[in-house]
Amino acid sequence: MRHIISLLVENEAGALSRISGLFSARGYNIESLTVATTEDQTLSRMTIITTGSDRIIEQITKQLNKLVDVVKLQDITEGNFIEREMMFVKVKAEGDTQRGEVKRLSDIFRARIIDVTDTTFCIELTGSGSKLDAYIKALHENNIVEVVRSGSMGILRGEKALTL
Amino acid sequence: MELSGSEIIIQFLKDEGVKHIFGYPGGAVLHIYDALHKQNDVEHILVRHEQGASHAADGYARATGKPGVCLVTSGPGATNAITGIATAYMDSIPLVVLTGQVPSHVIGQDAFQEVDAVGVSRPCVKHNFLVKDLSKLAETLKKAFYVATTGRPGPVVVDIPKDITAPHIKIPYEYPTKVEMRSYNPNFKGHPRQIKRAVELLLSAKRPIIYTGGGIIMDNASQELRDFVRKLGYPITQTLMGLGAFPGTDPQFIGMLGMHGTYEANMAMHECDVMICIGARFDDRITGVTSTFAPYAQIIHVDIDPASISKTINADIPIVGGARQVLTEMLKQIDNSDAQVDQSALDSWWKTIKSWQSQESFAYEKKAGLIQPQEAVEELYKVTKGEAYITSDVGQHQMYAAQFYPFDEPRRWFNSGGLGTMGYGLPAAMGVKLAFPDKDVACITGEGSIQMCIQELSTCLQYDLHVKIINLNNRYLGMVRQWQEFFYEKRYSHVYMDSLPDFVKLAEAYGHVGIRVDDPKDLNDAMKEAFKLKDRTVFLDIITDQEANVYPMISAGKAHNEMDISPLQQAKQAELKKKGELV
Repeated sequence: MRHIISLLVENEAGALSRISGLFSARGYNIESLTVATTEDQTLSRMTIITTGSDRIIEQITKQLNKLVDVVKLQDITEGNFIEREMMFVKVKAEGDTQRGEVKRLSDIFRARIIDVTDTTFCIELTGSGSKLDAYIKALHENNIVEVVRSGSMGILRGEKALTL
Repeated sequence: MELSGSEIIIQFLKDEGVKHIFGYPGGAVLHIYDALHKQNDVEHILVRHEQGASHAADGYARATGKPGVCLVTSGPGATNAITGIATAYMDSIPLVVLTGQVPSHVIGQDAFQEVDAVGVSRPCVKHNFLVKDLSKLAETLKKAFYVATTGRPGPVVVDIPKDITAPHIKIPYEYPTKVEMRSYNPNFKGHPRQIKRAVELLLSAKRPIIYTGGGIIMDNASQELRDFVRKLGYPITQTLMGLGAFPGTDPQFIGMLGMHGTYEANMAMHECDVMICIGARFDDRITGVTSTFAPYAQIIHVDIDPASISKTINADIPIVGGARQVLTEMLKQIDNSDAQVDQSALDSWWKTIKSWQSQESFAYEKKAGLIQPQEAVEELYKVTKGEAYITSDVGQHQMYAAQFYPFDEPRRWFNSGGLGTMGYGLPAAMGVKLAFPDKDVACITGEGSIQMCIQELSTCLQYDLHVKIINLNNRYLGMVRQWQEFFYEKRYSHVYMDSLPDFVKLAEAYGHVGIRVDDPKDLNDAMKEAFKLKDRTVFLDIITDQEANVYPMISAGKAHNEMDISPLQQAKQAELKKKGELV
């Protein structure tokens, strides 16, 4: 099963390597990991997407909790949650037909073109992982110059929150 | 009081109550060594290799219950200490390891003797710190001791760049009496409702087993455990790490369990209907194959570390808490409970266990003119009246020590259980002897293991650490040879210790006494002689049977009831079967 684990960790050098090191040392899967500071500069918020049986997920959360730098942790897939990922795609856009097609496709997906040259578009798209996958599939493979994905972020719906 | 970084380190150690540190100087810690030189409160033991420092501090910690402290230099000093740090990590031993680091402004520039000590040690420490700011030094040291000694203990590395210790930069120092760490809360108290459920289950048992480990010793819960076991009258088995918590000579103790445990302990684990595990972690050397582990049992697991519960074996009643607190609470609840132990079921369970015991799974054959390793350990037990502090290295001799030297008290038996580190025994014995100079301390080792940290014989001389080295010398890496005999059709690949040194001469070269014995009839005299020499380190080189094996044995992929038993036990089993005495 796929799980989204949200963590609040001490914003200190080495915290990230402790967490990524735990996953590699114990052979846990890691689909994506995102991290940035929060409104409190001493804390970083991390979102880890991982897969495994219930037993493995239980071990992952316990082992993460054991790390001294981890302040708080929640498996948000246990509740009602929102998940989003952001993506940049640079595509070839030459000639009116191609430029028009990419523009139309982007409108359908509610993507935004954020940079334009004579030969390329740079497009920004936010959504669930599957939406981003679908957009990439819809583009002609040969036209894609590069893809940058942020990895997923998650947050609980409603009043529940992961805070100190 | 205005102090430099180096002076803060020494003053802090004094304030923290540290009496001894084990270390080795080098460029990055020169300032600290200069501060050490100017005082007499903290005694420094100069080892001969940093691995020796971390093992000696580990032995000291296990013997005293206080954290062991090491001081090593950057680069190779730090990496040499790693084996001892990893050993302590696997066995949950509180260590604080201070590593020197190159000056802050050259970190990351591949400076001379630079290694990323925080990065290198990360997978084998409970936590580690890099001190970046002199004003945070004392606070960081306090945190290091706090983290190392609380919850499930473990080693903590504090990496200190040289500029932080500069003698001319002084700041006000005050011993930090309090620690605040919002992300670390080690105080777990066993949940009362879970404890109640556990007691109900325990009292309903027909075939109960109590299985305990190093957590009892760590939490100083031996007395509570003894009360608990005696109150219930249930059989108890202990792991390699837990020996001594409950007396090894008590009839309720049915021996160590696991790969080389007694037949009766492993059979009881397999057949039990209720198992309570306290302060142990269902390690693979304990469980054998997990799919057929204790198939009829309801399992209660008490551990201070939530991550140890249901990691390899699912617990029916998990209790997160310290052994002492949980045992105290359980004792109270047993007294208050209406339920009683089912005495007739228990009697018949004990009858079954006794019939397993009557097969004598540790029996071995004595041979004239050829010392069996088991009899050497038995002789040691007799000569020391079972009261010595025993360290061991890793291999067959370690198992013989655990099997044939029953410990009646906790903190008498020291070995590398989790990591299985050859070379642990001698430096650990130094740490134990330093903590208890008036006690007999012996290191049971083999000719393979002892050579991994042999250089510490020199430290023994310098600091009058008069340990007795009991070298079971079979001219083979015995445990590896045993596996090659069993599983590789006796293809003895690289296990013959050719070109061994003359250990008697070697001991003498280091300034000690060396004694060689190769006949069983001389064993007792040689042992007595060794322990009579109170103020000498004695190296007893005992030439033993080359092809002796450790029995019983649970092979890889086998269950507790599928032990390989010795030829002697097989014969005994057949004899009992004939007489109809097997239950």
